[in-house]
Amino acid sequence: MNDRLVQPFQQPKTREIAERIAEDVKGRSLWADARRRFVANRAAMVSVVVLTLVVLFSLFGQFLSEYDIETPDWDVLGNVAAAGKPSIANGHYFGYDEYARDLYNRVIQGSRISLAVGVIGALVAVIVGTIYGATAGFIGGRVDSIMMRLVDIFMSIPYMFVLILLLVVAGRSITMIFVGIGLTAWLDMSRIVRGQTLSIKNREFVEAAIAIGVPTWRIIIRHIVPNLLGVVVVYATLLVPQMILTESFISFLGLGVQEPFTSWGALLSEGTKTMNYGMLWQLAFPLFFFVVTIFCFFFIGDGLRDALDPKDR
Amino acid sequence: MLNFIIRRVAVAIPTLIILLVASFWLMQTAPGGPFTSERPLPAQVLANIEAKYGLDQPVYKQLWDYVVGIVTQFDFGPSYKYKDRSVNDIIAQGFPVTLTYGIISFLVAIIVGGALGVSAAIRQNSWLDYFAVGVTIGAQVLPNFVMAPILILVFTLWLGWLPGGGWNGGQWQHIIMPVIALSTSYMASIARLTRSSMLEVLRSNFIRTARAKGLPDNVIIWRHALKPSLLPVISYLGPAFVGMVTGSFIIDFVFGTGGIGYFYVNAAFNRDYSVMMGLTILLGSMTILFNMVVDILYAWIDPKIRL
Repeated sequence: MNDRLVQPFQQPKTREIAERIAEDVKGRSLWADARRRFVANRAAMVSVVVLTLVVLFSLFGQFLSEYDIETPDWDVLGNVAAAGKPSIANGHYFGYDEYARDLYNRVIQGSRISLAVGVIGALVAVIVGTIYGATAGFIGGRVDSIMMRLVDIFMSIPYMFVLILLLVVAGRSITMIFVGIGLTAWLDMSRIVRGQTLSIKNREFVEAAIAIGVPTWRIIIRHIVPNLLGVVVVYATLLVPQMILTESFISFLGLGVQEPFTSWGALLSEGTKTMNYGMLWQLAFPLFFFVVTIFCFFFIGDGLRDALDPKDR
Repeated sequence: MLNFIIRRVAVAIPTLIILLVASFWLMQTAPGGPFTSERPLPAQVLANIEAKYGLDQPVYKQLWDYVVGIVTQFDFGPSYKYKDRSVNDIIAQGFPVTLTYGIISFLVAIIVGGALGVSAAIRQNSWLDYFAVGVTIGAQVLPNFVMAPILILVFTLWLGWLPGGGWNGGQWQHIIMPVIALSTSYMASIARLTRSSMLEVLRSNFIRTARAKGLPDNVIIWRHALKPSLLPVISYLGPAFVGMVTGSFIIDFVFGTGGIGYFYVNAAFNRDYSVMMGLTILLGSMTILFNMVVDILYAWIDPKIRL
């Protein structure tokens, strides 16, 4: 690339200078620029590290323990408040829960489900919302106004009620939570993406693509969506904690994940019930992981927004 | 303006209809009718009972009768689980409680949040500003179901200042913790909103003009800056209202205040479909209507929105 540009200027001196300049001002892509800004953001970088640790903990933490999530320790049952304290010595690092099960493993299990709900929910939102929003925005006209009116209508339905109704009617299970959360999560995303699409679709490169006869769906996938990526990434990161909060809300009420499985919301709910007996550890450990993770996602989201969308600052 | 109102109502009406049809349809598809039990009734008896309650009618007819009952007589039908209690009784019992702590929380969130945001913006980069920013960041990870147990832990179990639950006819000691738990995260959001909009307003031209002609600072803030900087808060009232309605489930669940959320969650556990449907439709249409009013209000105050 550089060679070809330099070729016409054959004079040795200019060529030398040109080479040196080309070396110095190596072009920075948008993404490299964004990465540099993100890495400079200390809160976001710390969050990335901490979040990685939480994820590793939820994936591999069980190998450090010899217990499982559902077997009660009959010797401790009935006397958990006194005999079930966290202890490194007996391998129950986080102590017991009120049914004398190992809390360490239950927290790991809960983290897995909560993180999975957050990530998968956000992923569904990203895919459906991006395609929907980009299509509506790019086609425009009547199709756009019908599609967006539909989003308006769905958005003004108080979805927590519908989610709970769904869980009661179809049975309480983690699958239904995924379905219920996925049903509503994409709405915001589609609005944001549509707005961005409207601003992109009149640029020259899209006109060029239309002029040489690229089919509409191809333009959306190849030219519109990649240019939306920045906004989508930022919003998806901020969506994950929202999904986790929603799931925790439902599980806190006992309408979400069912025994023996658990999630942060369910663990917090159990901890709330037993803190009267002085079993504070049953509240403290899930609370710690919950709060830390939500914090991390918010900081990473903020950092990404600053990095990818500098004019927003 | 009229155009905007019509457009906004045109969204609200289908939303209400979808809410109605969706909840009614979900209840219909739910396994088990209201009169199915472990010892089945003779088919003829069952048919008679169902005819009495109109359950032998086609579904759309049942839906129509139900809607007519609500609209004309405010009658949400009987409970399927408790023979001595209709959905109306539940509303009459739980609604005042929810309304009491809900309205207080709403006001606390707006007033405290607004004041915090405005004063943080006026003294940008002072300790007050850092405090406000810290609170708004912290409150993001303290949703009501995290706040509630922590409050009980601190104020009931450790300090012993406040009762850990119950309602007791709405004594003030019983209201404090539900209000704090319910309002904190919305208070924080409102504070963040007002802070950033106030900062923006303070940098705008008309404030510079006011300064230039020598108005004292407090006149500038009270007479000129406050009103435009509180505008974004109005658009946040809708989401805050929705959040507080659903948040009341948690409040009633943790504090045992006996509001409408208590009955809703109980009905969800008992599969008391008629109660769930009645409360969903009542609370759901309230939120839809509230959102509509807020949107129209916002457009009335700020003409830019009407476009």
